[in-house]
Amino acid sequence: MRLASGGRVDRAKPLSFVFDGKRYTGFQGDTVASALLANGVHLVGRSFKYHRPRGIMAAGAGEPNALFGIGRDEAHYTPNLTASQVMLYDGLVAESQNRSPSLERDTGSLIDRLWRFFPAGFYYKTFMWPRKAWTKLFEPRIREMAGLGRAPKAPDAARYGQIYAHCETLVIGAGPAGIAAALRAAAAGGRVILCDEQAEFGGSLLAENVAKIDGLPASDWLALSVAELQRLNVKMLPRSVAFGYFPHNMVGIAQDLTDYLGEPDTGIRGRLWQVRAGEVVVATGALERPMVFPDNDRPGIMLADSARVFVERYGVKPGTRAVVFTAHDEAYRAALALHEAGVEIAVIADLREAPAGGWVDKARAAGLLVRPGTVVTETSGHLRVTGVTLSTGEVVSCDLVLMSGGFTPSVHLFSQSRGKLKFDEALQIFVPGEPAEATRAVGAAAGAQTLAAALGEGYTVADLPDSGGGFLGAVPHGRDPATVRAFVDFQNDVTAKDLKLAMLEGFRSIEHVKRYTTTGMATDQGKTSNMNALGIVSEALGVPIPAIGTTTFRMPYTPIPFGLFAGYARGELFDPVRETPIHSWAKERGAVFEDVGQWKRARYFPNGDEDMNAAVTRECKAVRAGCGIFDASTLGKIEIVGPDAAEFLNRMYVNTWTKLKPGKLRYGVLLREDGFVLDDGVVGRMAEDRFHVTTTTGGAPRVLAMMEDYLQTEWPELKVWLTSTTEQWAVIAVQGPKAREILQHLVEGADISNAAFPHMSVAECKVAGVPARLFRVSFTGELGFEVNVPADHGRAVWEAIFASGGTTPYGTETMHVLRAEKGYIIVGQETDGTATPDDVGLSWAIGKTKPDYVGKRALARASMAAQDDRKQLVGVLTEDPGIVLEEGAHLVADPNQPVPMKMLGHITSSYWSGTLDRSIALAMVRKGRSRIGESFTVPLPDRNVKVTLTEPVFFDPEGVRINA
Amino acid sequence: MPDSVNLSNPPRSGDLRARAAAPMARFSLRGPESFAAEGVTALRLGPDEFLLLLPEGETPALAVPEPYSLVDISHRQIGIVLEGPAAADMLNAGCPLDLDERAFPVGMATRTLFMKADIVLWRVAEQKFHIEVWRSFAPYVWSLLEVIGLEYT
Amino acid sequence: MLLIDCPYCGKRPEIEFSYGGEAHIARAPKDATDKEWTAFLYQRGNARGEHAERWRHVRGCGKFFNAVRNTVTDHFLTTYKAGEKRP
Repeated sequence: MRLASGGRVDRAKPLSFVFDGKRYTGFQGDTVASALLANGVHLVGRSFKYHRPRGIMAAGAGEPNALFGIGRDEAHYTPNLTASQVMLYDGLVAESQNRSPSLERDTGSLIDRLWRFFPAGFYYKTFMWPRKAWTKLFEPRIREMAGLGRAPKAPDAARYGQIYAHCETLVIGAGPAGIAAALRAAAAGGRVILCDEQAEFGGSLLAENVAKIDGLPASDWLALSVAELQRLNVKMLPRSVAFGYFPHNMVGIAQDLTDYLGEPDTGIRGRLWQVRAGEVVVATGALERPMVFPDNDRPGIMLADSARVFVERYGVKPGTRAVVFTAHDEAYRAALALHEAGVEIAVIADLREAPAGGWVDKARAAGLLVRPGTVVTETSGHLRVTGVTLSTGEVVSCDLVLMSGGFTPSVHLFSQSRGKLKFDEALQIFVPGEPAEATRAVGAAAGAQTLAAALGEGYTVADLPDSGGGFLGAVPHGRDPATVRAFVDFQNDVTAKDLKLAMLEGFRSIEHVKRYTTTGMATDQGKTSNMNALGIVSEALGVPIPAIGTTTFRMPYTPIPFGLFAGYARGELFDPVRETPIHSWAKERGAVFEDVGQWKRARYFPNGDEDMNAAVTRECKAVRAGCGIFDASTLGKIEIVGPDAAEFLNRMYVNTWTKLKPGKLRYGVLLREDGFVLDDGVVGRMAEDRFHVTTTTGGAPRVLAMMEDYLQTEWPELKVWLTSTTEQWAVIAVQGPKAREILQHLVEGADISNAAFPHMSVAECKVAGVPARLFRVSFTGELGFEVNVPADHGRAVWEAIFASGGTTPYGTETMHVLRAEKGYIIVGQETDGTATPDDVGLSWAIGKTKPDYVGKRALARASMAAQDDRKQLVGVLTEDPGIVLEEGAHLVADPNQPVPMKMLGHITSSYWSGTLDRSIALAMVRKGRSRIGESFTVPLPDRNVKVTLTEPVFFDPEGVRINA
Repeated sequence: MPDSVNLSNPPRSGDLRARAAAPMARFSLRGPESFAAEGVTALRLGPDEFLLLLPEGETPALAVPEPYSLVDISHRQIGIVLEGPAAADMLNAGCPLDLDERAFPVGMATRTLFMKADIVLWRVAEQKFHIEVWRSFAPYVWSLLEVIGLEYT
Repeated sequence: MLLIDCPYCGKRPEIEFSYGGEAHIARAPKDATDKEWTAFLYQRGNARGEHAERWRHVRGCGKFFNAVRNTVTDHFLTTYKAGEKRP
């Protein structure tokens, strides 16, 4: 019910919202929770396992029951939002969760009647028989019932941003302690960032009607302080949750920007901050704990301080007649606040035998009935609490119960920073101890018990009585434990009984108890349940709490939308899309592209309505009959320069380089130190001290990194330097018997006749008027050239060559087929990181007299030599020439042997060859070379395919055409 | 310039301008710790590595003791200039460095990251940065800057 | 995200670096027995606590350097140039 006045809500700004299909009104400044309570709505959820009716328990963070799915449509829908943390906006649409068909009538509540069969971990012991029923019936049903909330049915329409920020001081939490710390830090100089999860700074001061700070009412002090923070250029981030503490003082903050506005998507909805701070001040406050007593979870049973906040901050009366059950003085303050707002306080039951202090005195003076040494043993009511039974035997009717077990400092972030916690015996709380980073905690988070202590030196606080107390564990109720459920973790429906069961069954470590019972594992991460659980375990085991310890705190502190972590990396901007200088020409030509790492490469150029097979067959034939033109710009290139360049290459590659003359090329093979093939590529010697090295498209960064490693850390005395030139050069391959004829008239400054420019030569000259490095090299087995021109000129030179006529553009698929016909390997296709040069027929490339090269020592290991059945490169021809094998298919000797079969090898490359008008394949087969000529079988799911092994070359084995 | 980056697009807003730098010759110089040359801007990327920027078509006349490696990479990368009061904040959307003037003063240049692209970042003036990026990553960096710029209009 | 003190560039964020494995492992193929070479290839100390390791400032100056980092707390005790002895 709404009070006529009071609170920080703006009664002049009414807002309309919908909950479970019904329309309600609230005010600017309400949360969804306060607005619902103002409308008399208490039933907000059904519990996770038992489907018990639940109400709003807390006014802020830590609320376990009021979890809503909020969003105007599926593209803006977020599940599991806590109603007490969502600011109300006009047009908000919310739905409750975990109930069917409605909150009032939920079929799931049948489980509550059968609760004895569903203790913690029931799925480990029940629903075992019949076995088949587990997979078909039990497991799917249990999975269906599990989970909180539902996923949205449409992609997230919101956009999110991100930013890295640096500051000298980051203050997390803008309550009194945080504000004071931020003012101090700002006055001392340096950049200060202050963040708070709420929309308004102030924390506990937003509901502080009694205390005076420096003679001012708390709300006035707050307003002045915020103005001062602004004047001092403190970067203030409201609606920003510090959700994670990362190494070396980096803190992740999720800033919410437009969620509350409910407008169409204009700007970004939120921003992920990654803040590196010189010092982090943790001012995250403390959260009130519930009392653990039988049936403590009915709607209308809420935390005492939260009830006071509903009254004093939101102007809402949460009930008409209240029972207070407490072990802490703050509940007396709450009772007084409600009493002043017109709520009848039936009785204050205090677990403590002799409660005393300022608030207790004030409550007694106001005529409120106090029963020390008294507990609640039972509650009644179904969709709303209707009464309680006290240990005195009294039955008291009420529609509201205020409970307070004390306050737990929020040490989550401090713990995430790997700081150690220490247990304060007197206060029975864990507080931050020795930090691991430049971190300190202040205020209630550090265990401060008064507002004065929270503010620290330099401030005076008046009119505020001290308050203390607290209890950890289950309240003794004197009833038959078998009949009673006292809730510890409201979100996962974990009772005191469940925790005791865990220990009965032998779980001792708190990490095991947590996982077995699932206490603390829901979206609230145990904010209101962890300490009570610890108290129960401590008592049951007879082990003091500090000896048991806490479970590990992990990020995020509260749930964060995935979109926030994705940031800008979505859709077109998920990854860089890398295009060559010739890409646009290929696109205009209708090429079909494929992804090669981050690159787009033309896969084939269909004419008309050709499918891939038809296009590739045509392209292959065109290259071998006349001339093809191919974009090889993505190949990695490294310029290696210096007097020791050749010596360096000698030590890196298997080949010998010292005798390679300028103007000549060599096919280089690069191994890892373990002797296995890592990369290959053609290397050109441009001058005595300058090499143009090529690598595979995907291997370029890896090869360069490996070279730098050896150069910097093994051979720093060598005078040679490496520069990546992959993107400096566009590379146009011109391949086919007519290649020279077509290229000749475009070349200036070099004689490219066969006599002057044999296969594996390089010349600096001009092509189509552009300075070029012209390579005579071939990956097709035909007479071929690769024209390297500076990238800006790539497209123009391509067009000039194409305009000469007689060339057919071809793509990567054709390139693969043509090289396979010649038995040229592709690193990463024929090799898989476990192939030696000999395995793939490249022993010839090794410089036999070189004293050392990377991988040489590993190849000489006895264990390598002892392997006489290594997989070796062979060709494979199917008996039926029309069958194209699948890459990855295995070869066996006898297809009728029992399973598992002995696998002799696998198909690495497989294509239809237009040149030979039949299928071809390459494979790696054990003892392959000695098995050439023999037949084997490739067993497939639907048939067995007979094959014969051949030499790994299918076309022009003498290499006549390449030397034309 | 790759066709996909349209340089003639007008900038996002009054204060903020992102434009591609004028055509430049770029050379990578690896060798001794320091050198002298006229008409050349040298960005030191590492103890023995410099990125030289000079007017297109020219070759640097270096007074450098041998040996050294000089490689023309004019076509390898593209320059983008980002200027305006929000320039540093926009860069911080993708670059994890402290870009406060005390930490990254005018004249400082370094190789670093911008989201998934490697860049060279050079502070030319208080509110002006010059970004060098490999040509195939330029459209990605440009598009990102456009999206990020929406938050600063 | 670790903050790593590059001997050439100063403190930089972890994502500018690539990790290079355990430091001070000598590469001596001529003197190594098969067993020693296998250990060189495949075996590492995996220390719990202070660990001398290599890092490369690949998205920065490009230099390799060494560091002593506590593998439990992630605190860096020191960084030093490649080729220098562990302090």
